[in-house]
Amino acid sequence: MAGFREARGDLRLESVTKSFGDFVAVDGIDLHVPRGSFFALLGPSGCGKTTTLRMVAGLEQPTAGRVMIGETDLTGSRPYERPVNTVFQSYALFPHLTIRDNVSFGPKRRKEKDAAARTDDALELVQMTQFAGRKPHQLSGGQQQRVALARALVNHPEVLLLDEPLGALDLKLRREMQVELKRIQTEVGLTFIHVTHDQEEAMTMADTVAVMNRGHIEQLGPPAELYDLPRTRFVANFLGQANTGVGAIEDTDGDHLVADVLGTKVRILKSRSQVHEGQVLFGVRPEKVTVSRKQPDGVGNDVKGVVRDVSFLGVATSYLVDMPSGTTWSCYEQNLDVEPLDLRPGDEVWLTWNPGHAFGVAVDEG
Amino acid sequence: MTTTSTTGQSSPAYRPSTAKRAQLWLASHFAMLSAILVLLYLFLPVAYTFAFSFNDHGKTNIVWQGFTWEHWQDPCGVPGVCSSLVTSLQVGAISTLVATVLGTMMALAMVRYRYRGKAASNVLIFVPMATPEIVMGAALLTIFVQGFSNVGISLGFTTIVFAHIMFCLSFVVVTVKARIQSLDPRIEEAAQDLYASPVQTFWKVTFPLILPGIAGAAMLAFSLSFDDFIITNFVSGNENTFPKFVYVASRRGIPAEANVIGFSMFVLAVLLVVGAQLVGSARASRTKE
Amino acid sequence: MSALAPVSQVAGDPGIHPVASAPETQKRSWTAYLLLLPGVLWLGVFFLLPLVQLAAVSLQSRYPGFPGYYYRDVNFSNYAAALTDYAPHFARSFLYAGLATFLAFVIAYPLAYAMAFKAGKWRNLMMICVIAPFFTSFILRTFAWSQILADEGWVAGTLNFLNLLPGGAIINTPVAVVAGLTYNFLPFMVLPIYASLERADPRVIEAGGDLYANGFTTFRTVTLPMSMPGVLAGTLLTFIPAAGDFVNMELLGPQRGKMVGNVINDQFLAIPGGYPVAAALSFTLMAAILAMVFLYVRRFGTDELV
Repeated sequence: MAGFREARGDLRLESVTKSFGDFVAVDGIDLHVPRGSFFALLGPSGCGKTTTLRMVAGLEQPTAGRVMIGETDLTGSRPYERPVNTVFQSYALFPHLTIRDNVSFGPKRRKEKDAAARTDDALELVQMTQFAGRKPHQLSGGQQQRVALARALVNHPEVLLLDEPLGALDLKLRREMQVELKRIQTEVGLTFIHVTHDQEEAMTMADTVAVMNRGHIEQLGPPAELYDLPRTRFVANFLGQANTGVGAIEDTDGDHLVADVLGTKVRILKSRSQVHEGQVLFGVRPEKVTVSRKQPDGVGNDVKGVVRDVSFLGVATSYLVDMPSGTTWSCYEQNLDVEPLDLRPGDEVWLTWNPGHAFGVAVDEG
Repeated sequence: MTTTSTTGQSSPAYRPSTAKRAQLWLASHFAMLSAILVLLYLFLPVAYTFAFSFNDHGKTNIVWQGFTWEHWQDPCGVPGVCSSLVTSLQVGAISTLVATVLGTMMALAMVRYRYRGKAASNVLIFVPMATPEIVMGAALLTIFVQGFSNVGISLGFTTIVFAHIMFCLSFVVVTVKARIQSLDPRIEEAAQDLYASPVQTFWKVTFPLILPGIAGAAMLAFSLSFDDFIITNFVSGNENTFPKFVYVASRRGIPAEANVIGFSMFVLAVLLVVGAQLVGSARASRTKE
Repeated sequence: MSALAPVSQVAGDPGIHPVASAPETQKRSWTAYLLLLPGVLWLGVFFLLPLVQLAAVSLQSRYPGFPGYYYRDVNFSNYAAALTDYAPHFARSFLYAGLATFLAFVIAYPLAYAMAFKAGKWRNLMMICVIAPFFTSFILRTFAWSQILADEGWVAGTLNFLNLLPGGAIINTPVAVVAGLTYNFLPFMVLPIYASLERADPRVIEAGGDLYANGFTTFRTVTLPMSMPGVLAGTLLTFIPAAGDFVNMELLGPQRGKMVGNVINDQFLAIPGGYPVAAALSFTLMAAILAMVFLYVRRFGTDELV
């Protein structure tokens, strides 16, 4: 393979920008993905995540910036020159080739001597050996997905790119494949970059999630951290649900900021707020809020509201509560009480939460 | 129940009257029945051509006069008929080859690239198809007679081929374009992602996948060229193609040898296409397991 | 096959690429021009240039005193002659072609429909049956129609027996011409309609059948609109060659009352010095057809014609 670049190490994007005419799809992002990690690029459609992926694959060239693997600069090289393989969204299997020929396509192009043996191994890894002689149209969606994975893995790429690989599968199969993908990634130990708009999928599978919006990376970190302490309004709303309200920071109380959110005084840990004066967007996750009929004492963060809707979900009960400020909060209670609350729409309730669970982000984005 | 179950419309408890059943059967098979009638209509003149190839005719082969094998024993027995067939086959082969290659290239450019003047190229492909053959023939005649004779090309085999390539080109482009448009560009990207160079991507992936479209286009081009009379009539000079031979002969009565050849071409074409289909489906079923 | 080698540059192109989130992966490069060049040149030299020459010929003037000789000029009198002397021929051409197109549509639709939705494994065989008659020369088949429709034939005989034939004959009448045109261009109607029906989802038609109990209503509101691109292409591919045809008229039609195709053919190939008027007739025919096509496509049409 003339032009093929061997490269080993972490994947790095250095201020990579991609614009199409006036439209900036990716706006100067920096990324560092350690070798062997399962990394997810999460964001709504049009946020630039797929363009970022395609630049790593070489299917797009950045307008500015560099794409590196280890110490090798891959910017400007062609897709077929990179130690990177992709599992495409629609699988893009070669319809005229058998499953075996699909999988051996890469090794044969690189004139690998053990192409046949590696093909067998890859088919085995995804449990598709028995279908080797079939054509893609004779397989189900889930089977095609496995073949697409095998076709990429057989090349032992330094980085494996997954472009919404589970998007076309139904929910049950998607769950199975999530577990399967995670198993395979652990087994082969390669760097996986997974592009998805499904926050649940990103959180279950990835070690590190980067949330993208409008060509930027909003926040990057382990899933639990992103969920627990969002640093921007966009992340707070995109990743799970959040009860939010805009307020003005009026005072400090030891480690806490005190903000007035539409007449209610709320407290946020200083370390959990991105802003320390002026306007703040206060937020707390639904499952962190406790619903009770009486005003609890001592906790400090409590608001009175009126129940609008009750949904019994089995493992939990979800309440919608109208707040005095005019907004509606969502609360998620595990059914732990021996005597159920038995709330009805119209009942007055008190909502409380531990200030340690609240977070504050800047108002002026998203 | 066995009698009504073929219609698939009645429940076991309900047995419709014979008239009602006939009506239901007609309703569910109406499209297929009328399709068969239309196909018979399409084949009627072919059957006549076949039948009159056995006519023991005198000067004109118009009325049935008696049965003979004579014309099938020596289809080339009439002067000019076989040489015109050879000319038609040669013209068809060359025109098909050139038009298919040029047309496929154009189709690739039109689907896979953005370029300045795309609208103009679309119009350039469309207008020849919207121009009556007689106008194209007339225009070609004026330029071949008044322009090209100066550069040493006179009416004949060459001018026929030039003209046939021209009118086949648009049909090839349209046919191949449709095929390329139905091809997911991600498949070609996947090939590149799997270390195929652009040349390998084209020959290993793109070309095999658009080949049915190219083959269809070539078949269309050959049949258009082989059957063309109007344009050929303008640009052929003294050269005779098979349709021209038949047309000229029709004034006196077409010799039954022409019927033999015309019908044989029909049978040959059907056998070729059916054969290709059978090979294709055999190959498809072999990959099943 | 080296002609296809430029394709190899497809990915070697460092140009601007479109938005990736759309499945649009068109590239911009000089390769496109290289691929287009031979075909465009061919159409330029053998389609556009001849049309220019034809236009020049249509404007030539007669040498006084030398019948059959013309000189280069910009003289529109040939067009005046074409339009006044041959207006009935134009009218007949468009009338016959229009009738043939309508009949071909009525005949072709059930066949295309059956092929798309009812034929199942017979689909390919039916497709072959539609194309195969092409390989018996269309002149042979038209000649066969002259035998079928002849006064002694069974068609005329049956109709005469039933007293359904007022004129007593079919052959050498406009009816025979329209019949011949309908027959000859029928495959051009069947194939595009079939192609567009095949792309349609039969479940949509079934849903239509659930919504409207009446089969005709389903056809009119669901099936026909879905096949409209095919109907459009089919009617154009039938009408255009039919309007310019002269062979059916020659083999099946009457001695008098010819179509414009016959006039152009005779003026070019039989009458010495007929070129300028014939060229003017050709141009008028082409202009009329292009104008009709344009209006027709504007009225019913799709943006993309090819």
